[in-house]
Amino acid sequence: MNRNRELGTQGEALAAQFLIGRGFALIAQNWRCASGEIDLIMHEGNELVFVEVKTRRSMAYGDPLEAVDAEKLARLHRLAAEWMREHHIRARYRIDVLGIILAAATEPQIEHIRGVGL
Amino acid sequence: MSIARTLAIALLGLDGQVVEVEANLTNQTPEISLIGLPDTSLRESQHRIQSAVHNSGAALPRRRLVINLTPAGIPKHGTGFDLAIAVVSMVTSNLISAEAIAETVHLGELGLDGRLRPIPGILPAVRAALHRGVKRVVVPIANADEASLVNGIEVVPASSLNEVLRMYGADLPVLEYEPVRLTQVHNVTPVVGDDLQDVIGNSDAIQGAIVAAAGGHNLLLIGPPGSGKSMIAQRFTELLPDLSPEQALEASCLLSVAGVGGVTELQYRPPLVAPHHSATPVAMIGGGSATIRPGAAVMASHGVLFLDEATEFSRIALDSLRQPLESGKVRIHRARESVEYPAQFQLVLATNPCPCGNYSARGSECTCPVSVRRRYLARLSGPLLDRVDLRIHTHRVTTAELNRHAEERGMSTTDAQQRICEARERAAQRLAGTGWQRNAEIAGNWLRGEARLAKKQTRILDQALEAGRITMRGYDRILRVSWTLADLAGLSAPGEREIGQAIYLRQAV
Repeated sequence: MNRNRELGTQGEALAAQFLIGRGFALIAQNWRCASGEIDLIMHEGNELVFVEVKTRRSMAYGDPLEAVDAEKLARLHRLAAEWMREHHIRARYRIDVLGIILAAATEPQIEHIRGVGL
Repeated sequence: MSIARTLAIALLGLDGQVVEVEANLTNQTPEISLIGLPDTSLRESQHRIQSAVHNSGAALPRRRLVINLTPAGIPKHGTGFDLAIAVVSMVTSNLISAEAIAETVHLGELGLDGRLRPIPGILPAVRAALHRGVKRVVVPIANADEASLVNGIEVVPASSLNEVLRMYGADLPVLEYEPVRLTQVHNVTPVVGDDLQDVIGNSDAIQGAIVAAAGGHNLLLIGPPGSGKSMIAQRFTELLPDLSPEQALEASCLLSVAGVGGVTELQYRPPLVAPHHSATPVAMIGGGSATIRPGAAVMASHGVLFLDEATEFSRIALDSLRQPLESGKVRIHRARESVEYPAQFQLVLATNPCPCGNYSARGSECTCPVSVRRRYLARLSGPLLDRVDLRIHTHRVTTAELNRHAEERGMSTTDAQQRICEARERAAQRLAGTGWQRNAEIAGNWLRGEARLAKKQTRILDQALEAGRITMRGYDRILRVSWTLADLAGLSAPGEREIGQAIYLRQAV
């Protein structure tokens, strides 16, 4: 579990760096509440972006993107609403998913889906 | 957003409809959604495809893929859509170009390893593709022979998904597979050895069989056990002439759909189907909950449906034959769909005269009470018997007949075939322009109108009708049989002799 946590943290750092490189601004990282956690909260232009990062060492257990299913997506929407309520923010928002393959031998591969489910 | 398209075929009975398989990539996490009324085995295709694509050296797009089968309203069955779905998915991941596949029909089931596996119904599917103006069809290599039976369309056999994708220019490593072969081929080998000459005595029944074969009449044989009913019935199919090319294609299509094995050549010999007497109505005409499969009556199309121990069949099973006997078709209805199969068969029934079997047999005594005996044959309902022109008793062989048989043989199958062919030709010439081929198909009013015989010849018939011994329908049936007898004798029209014989050949019940 510890190793997985470590991989996750590594992936999230990589994701933040990747998105900042594309002109996103970081608002918060690993925001937690009673019902769960949002990996990255960023904004791009005038839009809020809630980012879910999935990191795996290889495709052997399937595409990391596949792990974000409809149920997970619904939870992300609930969490986004909760975050905005807590911070008294009303804004356009979307959910992005980043799938990262972090293999020891090769460069990390990042797949970015913008505005999932739209 | 990119939409890719290719073609496949949805079969409904022997009828095929071209189905467009569309793929659309959406901005969602990876998943395959299949829409357009797929059944369970078709819905499972996504698992086969994911694995097959992976094992072909390619990759599915990392987004949600929506696959739509249009027209979305007609139900689609089976595994034959795998290849079309896999190929169209590969366009969305930019492996092959959309133009390459848009006008081609893709048929075949995928194994997890990416090999193409044969599917039933290739022959009607390819035929449907041709009729809808499709120029090219890709089929599993095991179905190549069957698909090639249809002329006028380019058939491209392939052994694996890898091979198909490379054919469309995909940059993939060449993977060698052991191609999947047919596990079972439906052989059309002619039956050898059963000759009409082997039948001893029973000249009435032999003549009845020849008349039935020549005119397309239905035949009922009644006789004690061991009197040669089954023997004659089994030799009956051999008497029939070869099927016409269209009939052969239809018979082969039915074999293909039934999935009894691969079809590698057209079936030119008329089929013989002999269901067991425990057959249900569904077994008889067809049915089933998922795919509607053809029953015995359908499989006997253009051939013979032989019901041995006919009285032992359930009444509903027997009466389910009335519709196909009347219309030559079977229509099976389900909530979502209805399927029509051809069912133009010749019916041959064989039965004992009573439960103990000995009634009317020389030298043995029937132990059945009269009422039981009467009820026994009454199991064949009136409407069914009404459609049987020839009803003949068979008898156990006597020593005299046995001795005679040793000295002079009866008519051989080859000789009988010759006579039957000649008689059929004569009938076809006479019926040219009417749309009928055989005497059994002629409508009654035509017999009594255009082909009316002289009063003198029909005198016995008219008297029988007058006295109420035969019905109007019986009257027509006797006329039909007498025409066949005239054709067999080489006469231009039946005379008193032929009519008398026709009455004799239907009086067993």
